[in-house]
Amino acid sequence: MRMEFRLAGSGGQGVILAGVILAEAAVSYEGLNAVQSQSYGPESRGGASKCEVIISDGEIYFPKVISPDVMLIMNQSSWNKYIHDLKKGGIVVADSTLVKELTPVDGHVFPFEITGSAIHEFGRPVVANIIGLGCLAGVTGVISKEAVRKAIMKRVPKGTEELNERALELGYQMGIRKTLEFTGRGESNGGEDFEPIRDRSKASV
Amino acid sequence: MVKTGKGILMQGNEACAEGAIACGMRFFAGYPITPSTEIAELCALRLPQEGGVFIQMEDELSSMAAVVGASLAGAKAMTATSGPGFSLKQENIGFACMAEVPCVVVNVQRVGPSTGMPTSPAQGDVMQVRWGTHGDHPMIALCPWSVQETYNIVIRCFNIAETLRTPVILLMDEIVGHLREKVVLPDPSTLTIVSRRKPQKSSLPYLPYKPVYGDVPAIADYGDGFRFHVTGLSHDYTGFPTNDANVAAEEIKRLHRKVQAARNEITFVHKYRLEDAEIAVFAYGGVARSAMEAVMRAREQGIRAGLFRPITIWPFPEEEVRQSLGALKAVVVAELNLGQMRLEVERCLGKGIEVIGLNRVGGQIITPDDILETLRGVK
Amino acid sequence: MAEVQNNPILKYFRASKLPHIWCPGCGHGILMGALVRAIDKVGLDQDRTVIVSGIGCSSRAPGYLNFDTLHTTHGRALAFATGIKLARPELKVIVLGGDGDIAAIGGNHLIHACRRNIDLLLICFNNSIYGMTSGQYSPMTPTGRLATTAPYGNIDRPFDLCQLAAAAGATYVGRATSYHVTLLIELIAKGLKHKGFAFIDALSQCPTYYGRRNKLGPSVKMMEWFKEVCIPVGAAKKMTPEQLRDKIVIGEMVNTPDVPEYTEEYEKVKARAKEMSAG
Repeated sequence: MRMEFRLAGSGGQGVILAGVILAEAAVSYEGLNAVQSQSYGPESRGGASKCEVIISDGEIYFPKVISPDVMLIMNQSSWNKYIHDLKKGGIVVADSTLVKELTPVDGHVFPFEITGSAIHEFGRPVVANIIGLGCLAGVTGVISKEAVRKAIMKRVPKGTEELNERALELGYQMGIRKTLEFTGRGESNGGEDFEPIRDRSKASV
Repeated sequence: MVKTGKGILMQGNEACAEGAIACGMRFFAGYPITPSTEIAELCALRLPQEGGVFIQMEDELSSMAAVVGASLAGAKAMTATSGPGFSLKQENIGFACMAEVPCVVVNVQRVGPSTGMPTSPAQGDVMQVRWGTHGDHPMIALCPWSVQETYNIVIRCFNIAETLRTPVILLMDEIVGHLREKVVLPDPSTLTIVSRRKPQKSSLPYLPYKPVYGDVPAIADYGDGFRFHVTGLSHDYTGFPTNDANVAAEEIKRLHRKVQAARNEITFVHKYRLEDAEIAVFAYGGVARSAMEAVMRAREQGIRAGLFRPITIWPFPEEEVRQSLGALKAVVVAELNLGQMRLEVERCLGKGIEVIGLNRVGGQIITPDDILETLRGVK
Repeated sequence: MAEVQNNPILKYFRASKLPHIWCPGCGHGILMGALVRAIDKVGLDQDRTVIVSGIGCSSRAPGYLNFDTLHTTHGRALAFATGIKLARPELKVIVLGGDGDIAAIGGNHLIHACRRNIDLLLICFNNSIYGMTSGQYSPMTPTGRLATTAPYGNIDRPFDLCQLAAAAGATYVGRATSYHVTLLIELIAKGLKHKGFAFIDALSQCPTYYGRRNKLGPSVKMMEWFKEVCIPVGAAKKMTPEQLRDKIVIGEMVNTPDVPEYTEEYEKVKARAKEMSAG
């Protein structure tokens, strides 16, 4: 098993932290290997931010991602910049609050109101990254929700654990629901041939 | 506190700080600079927990100076920076070489020259590490390719520094410094930790710079009652300045000899499938990860390729390069500069072997595909 | 000779390293003598005292002094000393340097050592010139004076080092000269006892490169000039800026003992860190 992820958005959206949590979940709570790397501009807020994670049950040497299996895209400019790198038949989770123009992709696109939900459900746009991560876990199943939850507890600032746990739960349910919809009825912009990476029956809805 | 024995996710820069603390580093002076800042930040958090000291100095020059001062007072001391800061530290790195003060200097390389590209990887400092100071002295530099190796190797850097009484450079790059990956930290009780050898109180009159262990002197710590003198001027065994050309020459030669004599103990190389190889990739640091993958894929395609990865880049592993690569058809030197290490490889291998540079600058990385393509192009 | 052998300050010198390299008439020997007399007065433990210097004429002084001594790079003495003091706070650390060393190339380290209020004593052997390199102007060369690099007269304005140190946060500041030796010993002794950063601006004469070129010498005449232009700090307070023009104020300028000292504050950091990591 080897799965390559790219998470992208603007600085301050927390995509790097989301990637660190994903890698932490794989290493510390799933017993897998993972590498996480990042690139970012000089801005702490705004500017482009990109985070890459590779999860594998074998050794990982080259740590960068050229064509990701899975992407989490948190804004339009990241969509425009990276969407063509997606591996053929890959999966994209997009924040439809900020990605308005979903150009055609040779893969499965899952749009979610990620930032919108962060604002409406929690009044805190800052948890969008964790909702997005929840969506990613729900859609791909590559990492269990429990592993992500534990990694969140380890990596988020003290005092925000409960908020982030709720954000994860929301995102995860959004992801699971949409995946079941797609696979159940076979009609969605996820595409007819979409197969979740891990067996859904094991997922806790 | 970090857990040992179990796989955890750790960043290269974190591993550098934790490894150093694990082997007894108790003084860190630094100045913020991307992409090494996490090392300083973690030291600021962790050192006082361990009874050590962190100080953010007013500049890079003073950081290096404070490290030398602390080491003379007996502390295992470290600083960390990137290319622009490393340039500024050279003055007092040279002092530490001359005055034989053990310390570890970390350089997490980024794109240069000058301010360059702070968050992008490069390997443009390999020659600055060797030749950056004025004057003539040896230099020791080790270059890790993974987070785990960073942890292990910073400990070796301290052991070498303490044994030979000299600064040791841990030459990282942004790829490894900012990479997070799985590491398994060893139980601290299993670590081999070496500390500097001190003079006997009875050995009066005390000659701090008289070689005692091979060519290495036994220099006291300040405050231990020896009342000795340390200077960056050429000095004799007493530690006091000399204008005697023979004494000055002998001192410089001794500095070289003590490193040369320890060559076998301080030279580490990683070789992969070179036994039956026709061509090899020579790569170090983060780029070696691309090289490893390229070699594995080349083998799958029937190309008899191997990897030579120097962990110790200075002193340059001449003998190992000649032994391992001397009979091959070609060697591809892949590095994030315009051919700095290639010069050394060419020098060692001579004209009989084709040495091909695979070079990239400007912050882009060298991918396994790039290396594979070059390997396939070797006639 | 017997008198010399019984001299109580002889034990502070490395007799085999004397005579010193300074020119006849140089003020630095007087300043070094004042330092050891102050050390004797305070009763410092020679095995627990480190003397650090940079580069320059005055920075050769540690070589003559029987302590742990460190002759560093140009301007960086305070930074080396900061490392020593933080690594072993129980040691007394004294820093010596010239005006070029302390105020020019080491100026940044000066203001930051003052700001931290780290427990070091710094004595600037201030002779208004770069002596070791044969007479170039320093940040302490008065405007209008001649130097090898100011052959038409110096247009730079000098620092008032005491005001600089005080403004930067030094908690003990004083000035004396090679003429006012008793005052100098008293200031150094008080600086040694002070817990925090102490700065002494010790004016010295360089007859060879400063006095001769500016026709101020010989040495005795330069010291007499110190006598004439120096005004005790108490008297200066009653004088107008007009009256103080071309005068040099000497004495104790700052003495604020209650400011938190850096290494003591860092001990508190250690305690907090241990408490927080345990809890």
